[in-house]
Amino acid sequence: MFGYYLDLALRSLRRNKMLTALMVLAIALGIGASMTTLTVLHVLSGDPLPGRSDHLYYAQIDPQDIKGMDSSKEPPEQVTLIDGLNLLHAGRADHQALMSGGSVPVQPEQSSLDPFYVEARYTTADFFGMFDAPFLYGHGWTAAEGEAKARDVVIAKSLNDKLFAGTNSVGRTLRMAGVSFRVVGVLDSWQPNPHFYDLNTGSYAYGEQVFVPLQTMVELRLDRGGSTDCWGNGGGGVGNILPSNDCVWLQFWVQLDSPAKAAAYREFLVHYSLDQKALGRFQRAPNVRLPNVMQWLDYNKVVPSDVRLQNGLAFGFLLVCLVNTVGLMLAKFMRRASELGVRRALGASRRALFAQLLIESGVVGLVGGVGGLVLAMFGLWLVRQRPSDYAALAHLDLSMLFVTFVLAVLATLLAGLLPAWRACQIAPALQLKSN
Amino acid sequence: MDILPILSTLRRHKLTAWLLILEIALTCAIVCNAVFLIGQRLQRMDMPSGVAEHELLQIQVADVTTPSNPYARLAEDVALLRQVPGVQSVASSNQVPFGVSSSNGNIRLDPAQPERTLSATTYFGENIPQTLGTRLVSGRDLQSDDFVDVETAMKGLSTGDSKSLPHVTLITQTLAERLWPGQNSLGRLIYLTPTVGLRVVGVLDSLARPNAYDPAKAQFTMVVPLRMGANKDQSYVIRTRSEDRANVLAAAVAALKKADPDRVVTTKRSFDEVRRKFFQDDRAMAGILTGVIVALLIVTALGIVGLASFWVAQRRRTIGVRRALGATRSNILHYFQAENFVLATFGIALGMALAFGINLFLMTHYELPRLPAVYFPVGALLLWVIGQLAVLGPALRAAAVPPVVATRSV
Repeated sequence: MFGYYLDLALRSLRRNKMLTALMVLAIALGIGASMTTLTVLHVLSGDPLPGRSDHLYYAQIDPQDIKGMDSSKEPPEQVTLIDGLNLLHAGRADHQALMSGGSVPVQPEQSSLDPFYVEARYTTADFFGMFDAPFLYGHGWTAAEGEAKARDVVIAKSLNDKLFAGTNSVGRTLRMAGVSFRVVGVLDSWQPNPHFYDLNTGSYAYGEQVFVPLQTMVELRLDRGGSTDCWGNGGGGVGNILPSNDCVWLQFWVQLDSPAKAAAYREFLVHYSLDQKALGRFQRAPNVRLPNVMQWLDYNKVVPSDVRLQNGLAFGFLLVCLVNTVGLMLAKFMRRASELGVRRALGASRRALFAQLLIESGVVGLVGGVGGLVLAMFGLWLVRQRPSDYAALAHLDLSMLFVTFVLAVLATLLAGLLPAWRACQIAPALQLKSN
Repeated sequence: MDILPILSTLRRHKLTAWLLILEIALTCAIVCNAVFLIGQRLQRMDMPSGVAEHELLQIQVADVTTPSNPYARLAEDVALLRQVPGVQSVASSNQVPFGVSSSNGNIRLDPAQPERTLSATTYFGENIPQTLGTRLVSGRDLQSDDFVDVETAMKGLSTGDSKSLPHVTLITQTLAERLWPGQNSLGRLIYLTPTVGLRVVGVLDSLARPNAYDPAKAQFTMVVPLRMGANKDQSYVIRTRSEDRANVLAAAVAALKKADPDRVVTTKRSFDEVRRKFFQDDRAMAGILTGVIVALLIVTALGIVGLASFWVAQRRRTIGVRRALGATRSNILHYFQAENFVLATFGIALGMALAFGINLFLMTHYELPRLPAVYFPVGALLLWVIGQLAVLGPALRAAAVPPVVATRSV
């Protein structure tokens, strides 16, 4: 029966090409627009480190003076250098890394290349293991090397390709900011999106080219970027002067492998705050936060509100397209009242008619879905042409491909439900009589 | 035209009529809000900067190694840039309006005050008002003996030595009015830290902040007499005639590179580019919204065409009978036009309520203002016109049905 109904559906759709085209177009436009925006939303709100992000936590403590620089109750979003180093040396977590960002000038050996600036991450030894950064050659520096302010550097694959033609450059020298560094490791392509561990750099499509021990950066006074917040008599630091200890400018991440450990670490942060208060450094009552990666991203509202707005808009558009299709489908089915009446009179059950009409709307949905997919590809291509930082990430993945089709067919079946039901209510006798 | 026969006909096609009304209502609601959003974005993109936008260039250079005397280096660069033909004025500034990267301070009017009054952006550098072209409304400009080297100030801040800190500031009119409404702001003190009181010596007409995301706070700006050294984040701002910009920019960059081939020029752009980049997302959003409005109206119009065609085909016999009984072609034409008008009116009425609801949702979730009443008639008019245009074709086809149809059986 399915084959026969399919044949009937195709015949019926062919009979009224204009109307069919109109329905397919409406579905395709609606699906295309909503899939484009849904894919962008999906990409932007994704988990940067699937499987690991549950165990990674961002430590926040409140070292501000009693006056308060902000009326909000939340502690500062970063830590001071002294607190960061204290927490790092305490080593209470399974792994921990203190970090900040900046940019450094690279002076290539090749005379054909002018000096150029690259984005840098100043961090500590556990960074690479904690965040699952894949090494192509070599490895990171050790904690002891970091403390010894070693002139070690880990470079990204793209910089290795540019400077060392993609060869194993471990052990070679890289001159940056007038200082010779030794390459100890080369990372394979690695760019977590969003750039969760430091959102001050811009949330998406940001990747560091060089990784330098934080202690080395502090000694050499390499350039700092990102955000610095001070209170009291704190000075943000300029040139050779680091931000004072009344300024937060670093991020501190910890890995805690079980919820019990996370609870214990939170306790530790409270105790740390109390100790610092007893020492007179902290003035406020302990105010600690320990969000995991997804909670941290949520708190920072990384997905741009424009993207959410566009998604809502696209689904509103899809709704209009669907109502449109329901109307057109209804018109089409009612127009065939006499044909349906004849089939009913010849013995077809309501159920059979209903199935036949639903198959017809399903075909429209399928064709509309294919059209929608093509339009979504085009839509995503348009998104990629935009200047926003996330633009380059807008690609359709397999799961979204599947969602598109299911959405298209479901939507059209849903749209076909009401007209098909209405058409089945026709009294066959009335249709036969009038002709 | 009698409306009652139309209503009684529609009552016989309730489902179809309601679907059309619903479609018009949804379209009307979305279009009203989308037009409003476009208006908001365009208004944001028009935000005044307070500077001579078409006459300014921004250059940032970065040294590979920190110069031994950054202040001397900066003074040399500025002197060098002043020599470039076509350059009218040169400033060094830590930031530019709409440049995103910003320095901000928490303002207190009383150093003992627990909470800040507000956060304002702080411009550091020399010749800023003159070069950027913002007018002094009252008081005086910053003078060379007001300036303090930034590193001296940083050290003074940490040691609590207030002598080595700057003592005066310029503020914008908007900030003055916000801090001391209706009063003279000259001579008053602003505290950025518990020890630094800055006396207001001049009021500027207008100077937008680099991070002007909230239009209400876009003009909360101070200019502080800190002498900055040459560094990666410092900008050279050049004023020139607008027609000379391209040439002057190329010559200025060449002069800086010639003085030291080893440094890296990280930014070279006109202020027009600064503004374009800052508002690029607003422009893109306005474009997307326009596209959605057009697509919605097309889909709705095509839906009306489809349904009207269906109705005309269904009622061919009825039309024939009416024609045979003496109705003119224009009677038939007007009937279908009136029918569409009635449906559109119902749809628009429902759409207004829906538009209001969507706006309430957006107000709570996206911090948008209330939808002004003026958008409602605009949306209504748009949908009436679209409806009439869409129904015209089918209605003309209906009017062309000859009376003889009445006598034929199918």
